[in-house]
Amino acid sequence: MIPRALPSRRAILLALAGAVVLLLAFAPIASADWLTPESGGGTPNAEKIDTLYKIVLYIGIVIFVLVEGLLITAIVRFRRRRGGPEPAMVHGNTPLEVGWTIGAALIVAVIAAITFVFLPGIKNPVDSSANGLQQLAGVEFASVPQPSPPSGKALRINVVGQQYIWRYDYVSARPRLTENRPVFAYESMVVPTNTTVVLQINSADVAHSWWIPKLGGKADAIPGHNNYTWFKIKKPGVYKGQCAELCGNNHADMFAQVHAVPPDKFEAWLTQQRQEILASQQALAAQRKAGEGQ
Amino acid sequence: MATQEYAGQGPLTPPRVNGGVARPEVALRGIKDQPTGWLSWLSTTDHKKIGLMYLYSTFLFFMLGGVEALMMRLQLAESQNTLIAPDTYNALVTMHGTTMIFLFVVPVLAGFGNYFVPLMIGARDMAFPRLNALSFWLLIFGGILFYVSVFFTPPNTGWTFYAPLSDNAFNPSNGVDAWIFLIHLTGLSSVLGAINFIATIHNMRAKGMGWARMPLFIWGILIYSYLLVLALPSIAAAVTMLLTDRHFGTGFFDVAQGGDPLLWQHLFWFFGHPEVYIMILPVFGMISEIIPVFSRKPIFGYKAIAASTAAIAFLGMLVWAHHMFTTPTPIVVLAFFMLSSFAIAVPTGIKIFNWIATMWRGALVFKVPMYFAVGFIAQFLIGGISGVMTAVFPVDWQLQDTYFIVAHIHYVLFGGSVFGIFAGLYYWFPKMSGRMMSEALGKVSFWLMFIGFNVTFLVQHSLGLEGMPRRIYSYPTANGWGAQNFVSTVGSFILAAGILVTLFNVVRSVKIGKKAGNDPWSANTLEWFVQSPPPENNFDVIPRVRSAEPMKDIRREVAAAGRPAGSVAQPVAPGT
Repeated sequence: MIPRALPSRRAILLALAGAVVLLLAFAPIASADWLTPESGGGTPNAEKIDTLYKIVLYIGIVIFVLVEGLLITAIVRFRRRRGGPEPAMVHGNTPLEVGWTIGAALIVAVIAAITFVFLPGIKNPVDSSANGLQQLAGVEFASVPQPSPPSGKALRINVVGQQYIWRYDYVSARPRLTENRPVFAYESMVVPTNTTVVLQINSADVAHSWWIPKLGGKADAIPGHNNYTWFKIKKPGVYKGQCAELCGNNHADMFAQVHAVPPDKFEAWLTQQRQEILASQQALAAQRKAGEGQ
Repeated sequence: MATQEYAGQGPLTPPRVNGGVARPEVALRGIKDQPTGWLSWLSTTDHKKIGLMYLYSTFLFFMLGGVEALMMRLQLAESQNTLIAPDTYNALVTMHGTTMIFLFVVPVLAGFGNYFVPLMIGARDMAFPRLNALSFWLLIFGGILFYVSVFFTPPNTGWTFYAPLSDNAFNPSNGVDAWIFLIHLTGLSSVLGAINFIATIHNMRAKGMGWARMPLFIWGILIYSYLLVLALPSIAAAVTMLLTDRHFGTGFFDVAQGGDPLLWQHLFWFFGHPEVYIMILPVFGMISEIIPVFSRKPIFGYKAIAASTAAIAFLGMLVWAHHMFTTPTPIVVLAFFMLSSFAIAVPTGIKIFNWIATMWRGALVFKVPMYFAVGFIAQFLIGGISGVMTAVFPVDWQLQDTYFIVAHIHYVLFGGSVFGIFAGLYYWFPKMSGRMMSEALGKVSFWLMFIGFNVTFLVQHSLGLEGMPRRIYSYPTANGWGAQNFVSTVGSFILAAGILVTLFNVVRSVKIGKKAGNDPWSANTLEWFVQSPPPENNFDVIPRVRSAEPMKDIRREVAAAGRPAGSVAQPVAPGT
């Protein structure tokens, strides 16, 4: 049926189409990290987003291959040929059109259903493990969209974005600086492994967005609003990220990192951080006094 | 008898109307001599001249926006590059987005609409010709006002101008004010233009052109116009609130005064998302005109395509908060906007299937407009699929504000809209200029643009997945994003080369292109009935429309009357 004088252009097109299909079929396996969101810290929310993404991606690849395949087939097969017959004047086909409308609706309905299956595991924090940080305060989030872990206990850190640095207040961790003031840190957030950490995020000036790719999705820091996210890291290590919402000239330099350490090291860090802050505050007070005396 | 109405050769017999009373149908507008030279452009109310001015000026803005994009790509070509300072980079981000959206894609569609709506519906001008001229001049002054800020302090907040970053406390520069006035001027221009389109399309269609016989491009422009009228007031209100926040002490977006920055985001995206459909629906219309002409087959499922245009516009008003999935917003709201965004995929999918079905078992003629139209389908599909992926809001928590989104919008707006606009340019250039564009140069341009576009933007999906946020002027070497960014930059220059080839093709063809004749493509719609370029009054005799493909009917009847195919033309009016 195919004419013998097959134009080389057609062969090239076919080969191209084949290559695209093969590439798409093998790419996700060959370079999984290239085509999927970051994960790998062992935090369940990031892993579940990764899985959900992959499911949607695979559905997308099937649709892509199918539709581009039809398009390429049409280009190759239905070119006008000299002396060829006039095409039939088809104006439509109602059953076919109803069919693909229902088909498209079914596909998105399936994706919606899968999303709702995965959603609780992404949004709701899990309990800390037995080898996590033991002394944890209850998390009280009345009337906020962020549910608390089943045990009600998590390490809570307030994250405040400001141009162009992140500040972390360890509101539910002991030791504190004073009864009211928590230990704090900038840019690098030290957290215990195997412990559920709930972040309350807001901003001191313009909109920012908190994002450590390996630890799950973003949460915008909007002035006047509290946003929430959580993670529970299995693997100790440094997880890097940066502000994801344009916040001014040095937006690109607003880095953040989460340094996950075993719980005992975390407690040691907390004590040390407290001492360093107190020492620097005393030094500052002394300096001020000296300045007043002059 | 019927053929005499439109295909007359020799003396024109006046058509009969009810009652048998003859009425002259030749309407010449020349009461006084039209001015010539440059003055004729300044003072014109002719929809074709205004349309051409829209096209010239918006392509100029397209070039400016493109140069801005290339500068950004150069800066990002390697990690920790110091070519461009951060504030300049942010200004480029802002200028590029604003230019491409407000000064290129939206008005270029108004330009095509201006030129072709009256011709395609069989009218002699737009309903309100002077209002039409006003629309154009408002656009020009908006663009000039905005670009003058380059010499002072251009805005640097991104085209979204999120408060409070755009508020006085953080951005006292007058660039933000220049942008506010750009929005007002171009917005007014678009609303007036939209009202004009609506009035024209509702009232001035040729006899017999019922709603189900209207060209699909006209459907696209009609729905585009309704969307503009519905969506633009929201951003007009928002920028006015921003203006009073900045200069008159109000606090709409200032938390300290009881305002809310999220209000800006809602108002902005309530306009911003319909804007995406404003930028794509007329292009869908162009594709729906071009595919059947070059497939030598009627459009498959005319009614489904027209209805899905309306459905997309309706649903498009209900999806705006999918740009805000990472903001502090209750899950139930996020779920609603995910489902409404999914719903849009259905009518969009219908269109893609209908286009492919139109090509199926056709006799495809691969001229340059068809190359761009097929490229449009292939690339827009990718943008559509990545759109469904980002609509899954837990997944979007990872994708939002990254290069994945940059890639997604460019697959929709460049791989989609701009490729469609190029298809339209190559398709209609013979009508506007009377000359054909070079096929060879057109194909070179297409392949450069197709390869360049995909090299630039495909790899950006992966950059976003690896954690590269958008709108950063620099990135650390340790992140390992250098190679992909370099590939993307190389691609952007291939793309730019492809666009320059088309620019050269236009300049060359205007002068030395082959004469086109009235109907070089054997097309289906009425603009091909008149001379190329069309006379000032468009139609001496307005043909009666008997189907959605009036030119096909005319050709058939001429053939049946035994006249040569070349005689399908309106008679030349005396004195022209």
